[in-house]
Amino acid sequence: MSTTAPTGDSLATLAARSLTKRFGSRTALRGVSFELRAQEIVAVIGPNGAGKTTLLSILAGILPPTEGELTRSPREVGWVPQQPALYSKLSVAQNLELFARLENLPDPDAAVARMLDETGLGGRADDEVGRLSAGNRQRVNIAIGLLVEPPVLLLDEPSASLDPRQRERLWEFIGDLAARGTAVAFSTHNVAEAERYATRVLVLVDGELLFSGTPGQLEQAVGGDPRDLEAAFVRFLHDRGH
Amino acid sequence: MHWLFVKDLQILRRSPLLVALLVVYPVALALMVGFALSSPPGKPKVAVYDEVSPGRGRISLGNQRIDISSYARVLYQSIEPIKVNSRAEAIAKVRSGQALAALIIPQDIASQVQSLVTTGVGSPTVELILNSSNPLERQYVQQAISVRINQVEQVVSKQVLRIAISDLQRVLNGGTINVAGQNVHLLGLRVSRSIVEGGAAALPPGSPLRPALRQVASFARLAIAGLGFASPVLQSIGTPLTVQQTQLAGRTTPTDSYAVTIAVIVSLMLVTLLLSAGMLALERSEHTYSRLVRGLVTPGGLLSEKIALAAGCAGIVALVMTALVSTFVHLDWTRFELWIVALAFAGLAFGALGVAIGALAREVSAASLMALLVSLPVAFVALVPSDAVSSGVKTLLDVVAFVFPFKAALAAASNAFTGASPGMLGPVLHLVALTVLFAVLARVAIRRFA
Repeated sequence: MSTTAPTGDSLATLAARSLTKRFGSRTALRGVSFELRAQEIVAVIGPNGAGKTTLLSILAGILPPTEGELTRSPREVGWVPQQPALYSKLSVAQNLELFARLENLPDPDAAVARMLDETGLGGRADDEVGRLSAGNRQRVNIAIGLLVEPPVLLLDEPSASLDPRQRERLWEFIGDLAARGTAVAFSTHNVAEAERYATRVLVLVDGELLFSGTPGQLEQAVGGDPRDLEAAFVRFLHDRGH
Repeated sequence: MHWLFVKDLQILRRSPLLVALLVVYPVALALMVGFALSSPPGKPKVAVYDEVSPGRGRISLGNQRIDISSYARVLYQSIEPIKVNSRAEAIAKVRSGQALAALIIPQDIASQVQSLVTTGVGSPTVELILNSSNPLERQYVQQAISVRINQVEQVVSKQVLRIAISDLQRVLNGGTINVAGQNVHLLGLRVSRSIVEGGAAALPPGSPLRPALRQVASFARLAIAGLGFASPVLQSIGTPLTVQQTQLAGRTTPTDSYAVTIAVIVSLMLVTLLLSAGMLALERSEHTYSRLVRGLVTPGGLLSEKIALAAGCAGIVALVMTALVSTFVHLDWTRFELWIVALAFAGLAFGALGVAIGALAREVSAASLMALLVSLPVAFVALVPSDAVSSGVKTLLDVVAFVFPFKAALAAASNAFTGASPGMLGPVLHLVALTVLFAVLARVAIRRFA
């Protein structure tokens, strides 16, 4: 994989160019290109096996692309995996401190305090992560992704294990982040969530990026009068033989 | 790397049950081995019913009388006798579990022995009744009693031989024997021959008695010569074979020290394998591996940290265990720095095997189970005596023992603790090679973590 600096003629915080990923004879991604801009919340949607997690994993630096390039190194990208990547035997503060130190932050203690404050977990700092609710674990998961104050935050199915109230809090938090200038991209199966919170959707099918635009543009693209984005998405896939 | 180390120690600190098990297990093992090696073996309880009345256990050999019952003392060195008053009571003791076996000495044991030593007819028999419910206990009692009965037989036969030789000497040289309380003088063959030869010489040359007396003198001469050989021959029967041992090479490990070394290496292996396999698999179970390897730590660095962590923790535990055991069994403290070297290299090799297991298993409970399943046969294979199996199986076992670290670790530690052959260089190099081999295997297997 190669990374290049963001070009001056673009407002892109992160640009992916012609990303291709092959696992043996199977091609998981086929020449995917797109840009993420500051303050955007981009939803990556698609049927199972479309390549959503593979795309985010490449953007996060977990998987190397077979071909293509990115404009930022993985260390500049915040990563929030689907399953909270935390040490359940350690406390909230110990988890944050560990990753702050591994990131070589100049003031790890200040970074921990800042993230405890931003995620509202200050009162649970000494609690073992294994004893937290799924929602609070996800908040710690996101907090670790934000320790380096990245310009881009990637979230893989961030609300999958949360109840409605926890989801609401999560999206409030992400909305605040985007409002402060962070570019956010998330994958989801929940198209209604994409419609509600995303400023743009990327439709990925069989490793190909078939659509990039606002939810409204996707509804317009399929014509007729779809009830909502989910109906438009289903018709979009149907029209393309899926 | 440093912070990963701190993190893993924090996790262990928050898992007191796991740590307690990992520490208590080898320490308990060390104490058990120590006590077992320093305590004398226990004696099996045996119900003994002696049907021989007091004073009736004597046999006559020539002009001597031997008290057979006095030899029971030898037998009692191996057993804890429970004296009973009847055969039924003896059997009841065995049935109730109060005794592991019953030994019945028949009333006519003395006459049986008497018959055997005087006429060569008969087979003196004592009865042993065993509790058959536990084969190991049965074998234990059988062995304890058989060994002592063999000793009794040897003592009795030596006594018989001694008396027979003494009687032969009297037949040859003459002497005094006691018959029915009266001392009777025996002439002896040598003196008899002299008398006969003297008598024959004194007869007139044509006396018809001369040829007859010469025949008697000639027989006496031959008998003296033959019986003269009989004494040393009979003496040699008492101790027919002497084994002379020669040590060809180097120092050997004393049995006690070797048992200690095995206990220490088994503990080191178990703790290291469980820690390294479990802590690596934990990174995947907690989904943290992907987060770590996106620029924070390399996979190789993560593996090295787990190997070092497990080897360090287990090495300290093994060292403490060794120090504890050394209060029971002599270990060479002047070689302490070599103890550390041996345990460190052994720990690294086991650690590398552990991370390979963790990388293959990918899940904590599966990794722990796999570590246990691998470790026990590996230790077993390395400890099977090479001559106890056929050559084909031996080759297979040698190969298996060679590709796992237990045997090399045992050789290195054995040398470190006592200076036994072979030296440490070969085993340590072997351990280094195995460390590299298993680390490479783990590095390949860990690709499936992401």
